[in-house]
Amino acid sequence: MTEDVRFGLARHVILPGPLRLDGGALLSPVEIAYETYGTLNADASNAVLICHALTGDQHVASPHPVTGKPGWWARMVGPGKPVDPARHFIVCANVLGSCMGSSGPATIDPATSAPWGMAFPVITIRDMVRAQALLLDHLGIAVLQAVVGGSMGGMQALSWPATFPERVRAAVVIASTARHTAQNIAFHEVGRQAVMADPKWRGGAYYDLGDPPAAGLAVARMAAHITYLSEAGLTEKFGRRLQARPDRPDGAISFGFDADFQIESYLRHQGISFVDRFDANSYLYITRAMDYFDLGGEHGGHLANAFRATKARFCLVSFDTDWLYPTAQSRAVVHALNAAGAPVSFVELSSPYGHDAFLLDAPEMNRVVDGFLRAGE
Amino acid sequence: MNLRPDLAIIAEHVAPGSRILDVGCGDGALMAALRDTKGVDARGLEIDAGNVAAAVSRGLSVIQGDADRDLAEYPDASFDYAILSQTLQTAHRPDVVLDHLLRIGQQAFVSFPNFAHWRVRLSLLWGGRMPVTRLLPERWYDTPNIHHVTIDDFRSFVAERGIEVEGAWFLSGDKRTISAAANMLAEHAVFKLRKLSEIKEPTRPIRG
Repeated sequence: MTEDVRFGLARHVILPGPLRLDGGALLSPVEIAYETYGTLNADASNAVLICHALTGDQHVASPHPVTGKPGWWARMVGPGKPVDPARHFIVCANVLGSCMGSSGPATIDPATSAPWGMAFPVITIRDMVRAQALLLDHLGIAVLQAVVGGSMGGMQALSWPATFPERVRAAVVIASTARHTAQNIAFHEVGRQAVMADPKWRGGAYYDLGDPPAAGLAVARMAAHITYLSEAGLTEKFGRRLQARPDRPDGAISFGFDADFQIESYLRHQGISFVDRFDANSYLYITRAMDYFDLGGEHGGHLANAFRATKARFCLVSFDTDWLYPTAQSRAVVHALNAAGAPVSFVELSSPYGHDAFLLDAPEMNRVVDGFLRAGE
Repeated sequence: MNLRPDLAIIAEHVAPGSRILDVGCGDGALMAALRDTKGVDARGLEIDAGNVAAAVSRGLSVIQGDADRDLAEYPDASFDYAILSQTLQTAHRPDVVLDHLLRIGQQAFVSFPNFAHWRVRLSLLWGGRMPVTRLLPERWYDTPNIHHVTIDDFRSFVAERGIEVEGAWFLSGDKRTISAAANMLAEHAVFKLRKLSEIKEPTRPIRG
């Protein structure tokens, strides 16, 4: 069998489009960076699409090219895992608007031969899903066995059967929501304002200067990161413990504004390491897409209507300490799915780790997802 | 397949290919049996996360939730059967749960441990203590069974509410026992119920 260049790690494709976006613009061409794992079977019935979160990427189960860290969901995707390349043909694509190779503010606008910057059209979760559908066309996949995602990935997993009712047989939605709340939008706005307040942002036109708005983006990341954790988790991990210093291994109060506390040092590290791997403008565009997400609103204000046309099965998982997308948000989706008569499973799992729990070791989550996926095979 | 005796009775009387909602479905044993042997489209509601995980990992559609709180979310007549096995006595409002059951399902199965079984009576009469039996193994302070009910209580309850009993089965030591003197001899009862249509008339005058 000759090697198909469409399949494998670190793939990149330029599709002609045009892709009509919710905002009215036509995007052409559409660049998509993606990875595939496993083998597409003869009738192309074993494809599983993994959707990544806000700052995620296509490297779901392969080392990150910048940080060298293992794939962001190697606990869920890989040999012997619920999504297994031995059984599934796994696709994970960098979302539209992101900065790991798919069309976004950092890619080239063919009209100007310069990076789009803020001229890139504002996109929605549904636009991300439509771009993924273009990729599936290119890969020869008509119907997904399943679409799986957590957080913003879960929004895409919900949007998939609503947008393409015939193209998906099952959806796994973890630690997610069908709409952004005022509080969700508020935190994102803090992050965006932090980026835009950085003089180095320059209205988004910083690409040629080699000096991006790192300070603003780091603050945005620090604020957001707090929402991914729980108070109990922070207390357990850091408490009020002080940061070690070269001369004071137990740390000390500095009566100044150094990172005295371990939590300060941790957040600063999170912020600084984030700017090495993420583009500030992409952060603006993707948080905007999440804020605009209101699946019920897209369907006449009735979330159940989003699911009337699909025959897909659904599995939702929430975590009891997730205050970013709390269990009530998942329950609202479950109720809508019930009202639409869709087969739905839901479980709230216990974890001390807040929203981030879905990325960490969660044997019960893996057990649920594994059983749910096998039931469709 | 080795179903609990009350579940075996319910499984026997569910029509093939029907749609069921199992309220308090546990690890999904009944749902799996009905799916595998009768092609039933089964959905479940279960309060315990571990049980939900077990049921979902069997490929069943089960929602973690509480019969007292979450049944209101199900549309009218959306199932052929609504099933409540060994859960009635744990509800905060068994009457409301039963109303929902008969609203959601065309018919309902309800099974419960009989608090008037002779062993329970003797335990209270001679021991002077709250009974701890095979079917009611918890002690008074840690039991989830907060609304103990007898077969005769249940019969009069459904009669008062205009609910038709389409079938009733009684178990003693996992074996079926006769209806006569069931209130004394049966450890466990299974009822098949249907709401009578005439009670849809308003029972209270509506002020103009």
